[in-house]
Amino acid sequence: MSEELQLHLNRREFFSYLSVGWITFTAACAGMASLAFRFSYPNVNFEPEMEFLAGKTSDYEEGVDERWKNGFGVWMVKVEGKLFALSNICTHLGCIPNWLPAELKFKCPCHGSGYYMTGVNFEGPAPRPLERYAISITTEGLIKVDKTKIYRSEKGQWDHPSSFIPV
Amino acid sequence: MKEIINWMAEPIRSFPTFAILFFLMLKHYKTVGTKKFAYISLAVFFPAICWFCADPNFIKIILWPDNIPINILIITITFFTWLTLYKCAENDNRIEAGQLPLEALPENREKVWSWPNLVYTELFMIIACTIFLIVWAIIFKAPLEEPANPTWAPNPAKAPWYFLGLQEMLVYFDPWMAGVVLPVIILVGLILIPYIDTNPKGNGYYTFAERKMAITGFMFGWLVLWIYLIIVGTFLRGPNWTFYGPFEFWDFHKVEPMYNVNLSEYFWIKIFNTPMPTSLILREIPGIIITVIYLLMIPPIIGATKFGKKIIEKSGQIRFYIFVMLVLGMTSLPIKMILRWLFDLKYIIALPEWELNL
Repeated sequence: MSEELQLHLNRREFFSYLSVGWITFTAACAGMASLAFRFSYPNVNFEPEMEFLAGKTSDYEEGVDERWKNGFGVWMVKVEGKLFALSNICTHLGCIPNWLPAELKFKCPCHGSGYYMTGVNFEGPAPRPLERYAISITTEGLIKVDKTKIYRSEKGQWDHPSSFIPV
Repeated sequence: MKEIINWMAEPIRSFPTFAILFFLMLKHYKTVGTKKFAYISLAVFFPAICWFCADPNFIKIILWPDNIPINILIITITFFTWLTLYKCAENDNRIEAGQLPLEALPENREKVWSWPNLVYTELFMIIACTIFLIVWAIIFKAPLEEPANPTWAPNPAKAPWYFLGLQEMLVYFDPWMAGVVLPVIILVGLILIPYIDTNPKGNGYYTFAERKMAITGFMFGWLVLWIYLIIVGTFLRGPNWTFYGPFEFWDFHKVEPMYNVNLSEYFWIKIFNTPMPTSLILREIPGIIITVIYLLMIPPIIGATKFGKKIIEKSGQIRFYIFVMLVLGMTSLPIKMILRWLFDLKYIIALPEWELNL
């Protein structure tokens, strides 16, 4: 710093320069941080809808239907006069079981938990049956599955009227 | 022959075999820890492994890119276990003869400069490891798979190789136990070893005779529980986490008849032939009683034995009880595995309503 500049710059001016500089620096940092924060969110969200229409009850055969499994993570199961929407999340550690049509069971590839067609656990470490989602019939006669409401067997919620559709 | 090996590899037979071999190895460590034994077992096992590798199913599992680290791990662990026993046997023979252990000899107590002795070794190892990793990365390429899909899981879905022991533990436990409680107990237990075990013997030199219990306990947890479970999880678990022998084809449709039952169901339905009580606590009371006995009654009983009294005398009450609780945590794993294999027992306490299962 030259002698001349030293003479011109008094204490008050120094502080105003410092404030401007500091505010600019803070603003730049905040801008960068907000950009970085925005960057961590996806531009397009491929999350499946929590509610969906699953056609008519007559679309389903007796047994397990896998048509909504890849899109919404739901098995439609029609058994013993009931149609219900079964969650495809293993109750042991949250893996995705497979439906084995030959053995008539759901089998988890992570730790070997097995479930009957009804979703009741019978082998492996799974502590409780698969969860069922709320299911209802709209005024147009279509099935509506609501994944925000779950019904758990061990809490006796499978008798709840909106946990299944009688067919 | 292959049929017999497949049959023997089933956990219910291979786990006791492995445990018995482990204890035999430690009992006869002076025989195992000789160069002659090492050469003979190498001469026996090398042709045997070549014969194993001639099998298409075996070689396929062995050369699966994910499993290469486990092959390296098995070889290094076998070698280092032998090396330890060799050094222990050498020192114990010297101590028996009234000599100092090898590490205590004056020529071995000489100090050297870290520069260049240590730094050169480290530099060499850095270069060697880098070359090794690059060559490995070139030979075994990482697979490029389809985009991630939250509604689909690969079959079998395997954890990274270092977590396969934990994943195998999860087959026998609730995720809270095998995923959180037991790993924390393992880590805390390992951290606590120097505070619980204040015995100065064996510091700075190899010995087995002076530290029999400590070494046996640690090596049991390490080799028989952890390494054995990694080997089972890596090589012997196929689609749907079903067990497959080392020479068995991974048939997706292999069905293993299994029907797992909770202790409460055994107790109320099988023994008393009554429906399950609706009260949760009453329903699980047999399991709760067994767990309380296991955790609260066994430590004082061990403390009252001659063996326990000796430890209390040496290290004090608090150290003894922490030690016994850690050992009980460790032994709960083989106990639950054996109960599962023999009685299809799932949970001793099953309270899925409270997300609590033991």
